[in-house]
Amino acid sequence: MPPNAPSTVPLTLRLNGRDRTFLIEPEVTLLDLIRERAGLPGTKKGCDRGQCGACTVLVNDRRVLACLALALAHAGDRVQTIEGLAEDGTLHPMQAAFIEHDALQCGYCTPGQILSAVGALREGRVGDDDAIREAMSGNICRCGAYVNIVAAVRAVREAAL
Amino acid sequence: MRPFEFVVADSPAAARALLREVPGARYYAGGTTLVDLMKAEVERPPRVVDISRLPLTGVELRADRVRIGALARNSDVADDATIASRFPALAQALRSGASGQLRNAATVGGNLQQRTRCPYFRETRWRCNKRAPGSGCDALEGFNRGHAILGTSKACIATHPGDMAVALAALEAEVLIEGERGERRVALRDFYLLPGSQPERETALAHGELIVAVELRFAAVHERSCYLKLRDRASYEFALVSVAAGLVLEGGTIAAARLALGGVGTVPWRADAAEAVLIGAAAGEAVYRRAAEAALEGARPRPHNAFKVELARRAIVRALRTLAGGAA
Repeated sequence: MPPNAPSTVPLTLRLNGRDRTFLIEPEVTLLDLIRERAGLPGTKKGCDRGQCGACTVLVNDRRVLACLALALAHAGDRVQTIEGLAEDGTLHPMQAAFIEHDALQCGYCTPGQILSAVGALREGRVGDDDAIREAMSGNICRCGAYVNIVAAVRAVREAAL
Repeated sequence: MRPFEFVVADSPAAARALLREVPGARYYAGGTTLVDLMKAEVERPPRVVDISRLPLTGVELRADRVRIGALARNSDVADDATIASRFPALAQALRSGASGQLRNAATVGGNLQQRTRCPYFRETRWRCNKRAPGSGCDALEGFNRGHAILGTSKACIATHPGDMAVALAALEAEVLIEGERGERRVALRDFYLLPGSQPERETALAHGELIVAVELRFAAVHERSCYLKLRDRASYEFALVSVAAGLVLEGGTIAAARLALGGVGTVPWRADAAEAVLIGAAAGEAVYRRAAEAALEGARPRPHNAFKVELARRAIVRALRTLAGGAA
């Protein structure tokens, strides 16, 4: 390590619509920042290696994996987590659809599934069921709720048409 | 993850200077490969240079080519109208790689330097000449179903994992690299180094250089191209075998052909011998099969990956048949 490297660095980003400032070590991932420093545990740590999708969040409206991002690389970015998806106490349509279609069992992958589905819809990648499966392939559900997850995403897409 | 220093570059020149100062320093663009390998302590950079805000994200049209900025995200390149219509193999390769989340983060420059998925490389308890030069290779006698059959050496049989670079190999891309003495241009096939006795050296990039763009020339054979990827599951999986192909027919004769293979080579594998078989020949199953045989000549399978030889041959035939307009 180079001499005099600072052990902590200030970081400001816009988290769920609010500017938040943290003092963090460079090795803090965006996922650990969200969960442990910002106290928002809705974003889940599954594999922590970019293989399961449980940590999916929206950064500047695009879905990404928070476990493979260094927090310091996101200064000034808009980060949206599952806690920031409902508006004025009303669930986001994707959240409501996941409940309506029983698109979960244990629920651990669900925040990532929902954020990924919201991102995929914005990207225009949600067409027929095959396209939904392809668009959602980065989100693993070990309970196997896939059929109902596809149904929930399909319902939101149809409502948006 | 080992502690490191994080610095932000505000220009390509500053990025190169910040990197050059510290041996082992790494650029940070999308982070998807680097952070993963830093967690595994396969990568242990004392300094990380954030280049993600540099203005190298555009896909720009030139008279005879397209220039893709090194920091263009994989998803943006795949969705670009020019890429989709003039270089379909590239758009298809990008869409077949990783997941939506990863494609939104991964950049072209980073993707070119994607590291192998060889499990013996990714776990520090195994011997690996690529990670720890001279330590040996546990893949040779280990579980090597996913490993390379072309371009291997006694030191390394790790597969190049990428999709994008395979398409770029078939499309004769050039990598634009900025360094001390200005910009240089390296053909994709010269960018990747065969492992030989030094598998730790993977590309022609020197420490302190920076990839700034990739260029592709317009050509009929690029426009009539496709990418076929075969894997263990339908999505979010690395290739067992992939084929990037281009084919132009005039009458019934093959006027131009391009072929590159993924999942089977230690580098993105341009199949020159197969192209030579195709060009000038009458299009049809017989010549596709002969080309496929030529492409796999010299393959050196290991105990668990011998199936890749015939799988690759059949994938080549299918890709060529698809491009020629027959049923897939």
